[in-house]
Amino acid sequence: MLIAPQAAAAQQESIVAGLSQNTVSITANFNGSEILIFGAVQRDAPAPEEPLEVIVTIEGPDQALTVRRLDRNYGIWMNVEAVEVDAAPTFYAVATTAPFDQVITSTEDLRYRISIPRAIRAVGTGSDRPGDFTDAVIRIRTDAGLYQMLENSVNLRSETLFDTSIALPANLVEGDYLARIFLTRGREVVTSFETEIEVAKVGLERLIYNLAHDRPLVYGLLSLFIAIVAGWSASAVFRYIRSN
Amino acid sequence: MLIYLPIAEVSVNAFLLLGLGGMVGILSGMFGVGGGFLMTPLLFFIGIPPAVAVATEANQIVASSFSGVLAHFKRKTVDLKMGGVLLVGGLVGAALGVQLFNALRAIGQVDLLVKLSYVVFLGIIGALMFVESLNAIRKSRKTDGPPPRRHHRGWIHALPFKTRFRTSGLYLSVIPPLLVGVAVGVLAAIMGVGGGFIMVPAMIYILGMPTKVVVGTSLFQIIFVTAFTTLLHATTNFTVDMVLAVLLLIGGVIGAQIGARIGVYLKAEQLRILLAIMVLGVCFKLAFDLLVQPTELFSLGAASNH
Repeated sequence: MLIAPQAAAAQQESIVAGLSQNTVSITANFNGSEILIFGAVQRDAPAPEEPLEVIVTIEGPDQALTVRRLDRNYGIWMNVEAVEVDAAPTFYAVATTAPFDQVITSTEDLRYRISIPRAIRAVGTGSDRPGDFTDAVIRIRTDAGLYQMLENSVNLRSETLFDTSIALPANLVEGDYLARIFLTRGREVVTSFETEIEVAKVGLERLIYNLAHDRPLVYGLLSLFIAIVAGWSASAVFRYIRSN
Repeated sequence: MLIYLPIAEVSVNAFLLLGLGGMVGILSGMFGVGGGFLMTPLLFFIGIPPAVAVATEANQIVASSFSGVLAHFKRKTVDLKMGGVLLVGGLVGAALGVQLFNALRAIGQVDLLVKLSYVVFLGIIGALMFVESLNAIRKSRKTDGPPPRRHHRGWIHALPFKTRFRTSGLYLSVIPPLLVGVAVGVLAAIMGVGGGFIMVPAMIYILGMPTKVVVGTSLFQIIFVTAFTTLLHATTNFTVDMVLAVLLLIGGVIGAQIGARIGVYLKAEQLRILLAIMVLGVCFKLAFDLLVQPTELFSLGAASNH
């Protein structure tokens, strides 16, 4: 009945979303996992004129790192500088419906820490050019497939339904991975949604990992035992082959 | 076939690991070296984190050395007494070496020192061995008689505490083997290797042992030193990856058996020259890496604990 004025309270839009899997089980022949993220925009009133954009991110657990730079001294290439990075994600993928600067402003990006450089926190002092070190982390990890910038890879239908798929690589670290979905309009964030994906080793992998950390001496002795048995078996097999 | 390594937390091709293990195992059986100085860099190259590579490699060396030493025991080419003396020295040396290593770490630039040590030692040992074995081959080609026995008459034979080392055919003071063991242990702890590539030339040239006994005795000593190292790594850093170790050692123990048999068919001088060439090869590769601009000027590593 009442026509809400344009300048009034923000459009009531919320996200309803789901994932193809909430847990990733790392088995012995784990070869990566593709996560499908899908959902819909719930709104009470018809969509405004301005187009909607969607950003989906998946972030792995953070790690502290030391980044070292090589330079030539006395004719030899050696590490000359080291910078401590307090927290860099072990995995980070960003998927968007359109080229990144079209979907969000820098300010909003900074606020929500969306783009890859924003996800790396607190590069320590100790260098005149900390930017080079952050770039190095991004470059090295992007080449390894651990950081992914997937522009134009979220499908949005009728300003309502969206879906995308993000490939998690084989080299995954255990932990809770955070999946975030942002809706933006006019390059400003309208609403967001978060959920977690649990990545854990299972079965034999889990058993070995636990044994190594909880009972290290047993684990060490077991490794040695296996080594000696293997050595002895090979010797016995070859002796048998030779005598026949 | 990809397999996920639980401690390294990376996925690698299982067949690649079997192949690498086999290759290094053959070298181990042939020359009496652990193979660590070859395998560890290869593991870095395929993406295993360095800490896990070093720790797991120690474990694999135990296996292939054990396999190799059994083949040598059968032929009675292991001098247990000498091995025991070297071993005592080796454990003492390893303990000292770890202290030294930690002290160097406090200064910083440990990586560089380790790499330089590798280049220097591999270079000197490789060059010396190459020259010596080349001469020995030339001499044995000229005369068709038995190869000349190398007699070291000198200050080494004047030292006290002499004892008979039957299998090597030596009557020698225990002091040189002990010192050699300590020196090798120190270097092994600093460079993270079994020490065979230093031990074998030291046994041949300093102690004057016949080459055919050197390989088995070296393997014997390496087993204990690397077992000790494996336990240390497993209990202090939790960096031994059992799945990686098993894949490497399956190839390794089989390779060591093959290598021990190949070694029998080679003449002593040929064995020495091949080892010399291998050692020089690794030395040049390391020197090359130090001198040539790398493609990536930055590297990522675990955070240092403050």
